[in-house]
Amino acid sequence: MNEKVDVLIIGSGASGAAAAWSLAETKMRILVLEQGDWVKPTDYPTNGRDWEARLFSDFAINPNRRARPSDYPINDANSPIKVVNFNGVGGSTIMYTAHFPRLHPSDFRVRSLDGVADDWPVDYATLEPFFAENDRMTGVAGLAGDPSYPPKEAPMPPLPLGKSGQRFGKALNSLGWHWWPSDSAIATQEWDGRSPCINLAHCTPGCAQGAKGSADITYWPHALRAGVELRTNARVREVTVDAKGMATGAIYYDAEGKEQFQPAEMVIIACNGVGTPRLMLNSVSGRFPNGIANSSGLVGKNLMFHPFALTYGYVDEPLDGNHGPPLSLWSKEFYETDKARGFVRGYTFQLHRGIGSIVEAITSTLAGRLPWGEEHHKVYRGLVNHRLGLSAICEDLPEEHNRVTLDPVLKDAHGIPAPRIDYTLSENSQRMMDHGIARATEILETAGAKGISVERPIMNGGWHLMGTARMGTDPERSVVNEWGRAHDVKNLFIIDGSIWVTSGGVNPTSTIQALALYIADQIKRRLADATLFE
Amino acid sequence: MKTYPPLSPAEARDLRALAAIMIPASAAYGVPGADDDLIFADILKSLERDTDDTKATLALLRDLSGGAFADLAPARQMDVAMQLKAKGGAALFALNRVVLLCYYRDDRVMISLGQEPRPPFPKGHVVEQGDWSLLDPVKARGPIWRKPG
Repeated sequence: MNEKVDVLIIGSGASGAAAAWSLAETKMRILVLEQGDWVKPTDYPTNGRDWEARLFSDFAINPNRRARPSDYPINDANSPIKVVNFNGVGGSTIMYTAHFPRLHPSDFRVRSLDGVADDWPVDYATLEPFFAENDRMTGVAGLAGDPSYPPKEAPMPPLPLGKSGQRFGKALNSLGWHWWPSDSAIATQEWDGRSPCINLAHCTPGCAQGAKGSADITYWPHALRAGVELRTNARVREVTVDAKGMATGAIYYDAEGKEQFQPAEMVIIACNGVGTPRLMLNSVSGRFPNGIANSSGLVGKNLMFHPFALTYGYVDEPLDGNHGPPLSLWSKEFYETDKARGFVRGYTFQLHRGIGSIVEAITSTLAGRLPWGEEHHKVYRGLVNHRLGLSAICEDLPEEHNRVTLDPVLKDAHGIPAPRIDYTLSENSQRMMDHGIARATEILETAGAKGISVERPIMNGGWHLMGTARMGTDPERSVVNEWGRAHDVKNLFIIDGSIWVTSGGVNPTSTIQALALYIADQIKRRLADATLFE
Repeated sequence: MKTYPPLSPAEARDLRALAAIMIPASAAYGVPGADDDLIFADILKSLERDTDDTKATLALLRDLSGGAFADLAPARQMDVAMQLKAKGGAALFALNRVVLLCYYRDDRVMISLGQEPRPPFPKGHVVEQGDWSLLDPVKARGPIWRKPG
């Protein structure tokens, strides 16, 4: 029997790490269970000559392809967008691009401003100090003064513009459209023991230099020093409850595959927008026959991705290719609603620096651009390092039919049901992608690109998993309250992207972590005045 | 660690012949073909997760050839390869991907493209800062963010 802990956090990724660090100052006994393991910097692909190849093997972004022992399978056959993630200490921040925008103030007021979806029960102003704290902890590079946001500071100078960025900048200036250096969780100078970026360029599958702010090297060293216990290779099967409907702990499988029970005074779930509903739906009891904290029936529903519409072309001079972080600029020209466009809400343009030479060969072969035979060499030399591309990352509105359920057949290595994804693109998303592709084509043509191609939506583009245990003040229309506590279980909290009410049109990690810090702060305040479980 | 069954000698011969059609050697560019000894050895040991797809593709290739693809005359090989390209689908793409992954990390090929044959770490790369005055028109435009009400 494991000793009871005060706080049990399930998941060591973006939100779990931030909350563990924040709560550590309470001196409570905090245990984090993580189904994966640490990834050593020497394991990252950029250490070896096969660095691009490993994007298709042990560092594939799709867990079904990667199939590490720490991964669980996902039935995504009924979704045009496939879930991508990483399971290990730091979670999916191990394999994110470190593009680090915040949600915008308008994103929290979607119903009030545009008459769709729902308003959030928190707002930008409330989260602002937690955004700033998270930027410092993560080490964010950027440039103050972005006209698309309220004033905010960047702890470090921005990533370099490079050849691609200047080409984009000139084109966007010519069109009179907004662009700005993006907030990036990449150190551009020494930061909290981390080395600055040296443009390894292959940021997504982990940073051997340690410049990328993945949670294993941002929050975790501080959390461990503060006394948080982290137990790896511990896959949780279910959260348990007592007769009063209070969470009692979790059942998990340890590194040897042995079933364990971990008792706890309080449970915090931080397993992302797919893993969290999977765990909750699998946590059935007499009290919660449809899954823990699911009296609303909304656990697993309202799954939101960000549909990505990728548009790219080729210019007549070599650009940066795969030298330098792939994302360092954005355009917010079409972020806010303009109903004349034929859709509500909007999108961010992520301006791409370039792609790797092997990925160029592979994607161009798939697109039918790169032939077999003698012509292969000539055509390839006109493509490699000449690509200029951008993605519209579109706001996805919540719809209950987009959902995560438990697959009746597929199971992981421990016999736990796999998540099944049922997802369709909405008409609004389709029109938004149409608009994004048309505007992206204008930008590319202005930048001198030819041979414009489109991928919509990017199939392996389910990086951002949101909405499946939404927050709100009405227990019949939400799973957790305005500070992350489950309506049904007063010592159960959810702190990952599951609790998002709407998706915005930005990468979510910054806001996920700010929300986790905010919820941890709420827990600490309520511990202090003994109202936490009321 | 999962192990994958190796190709049979007959499968390997056909794959090598197919790789030579996908990316032939080129005197004009001074590069080997994908059937080069070193590159092909890399392909064979890199099939791993794509072994099943590769074997399925090679079985289809054998069917289309009416026997060993490697034994066909060059013109007939090209004809069959084009049939395979039309019918091979995702499994063929998986095979093609392995060929590309191994070909474009070969030292000789990388050097011919002006690339340094090394891993990115620890040397990294240099990216120019660029002209930050390009942002001046954006700054001059003023705030564009929407107030929440």
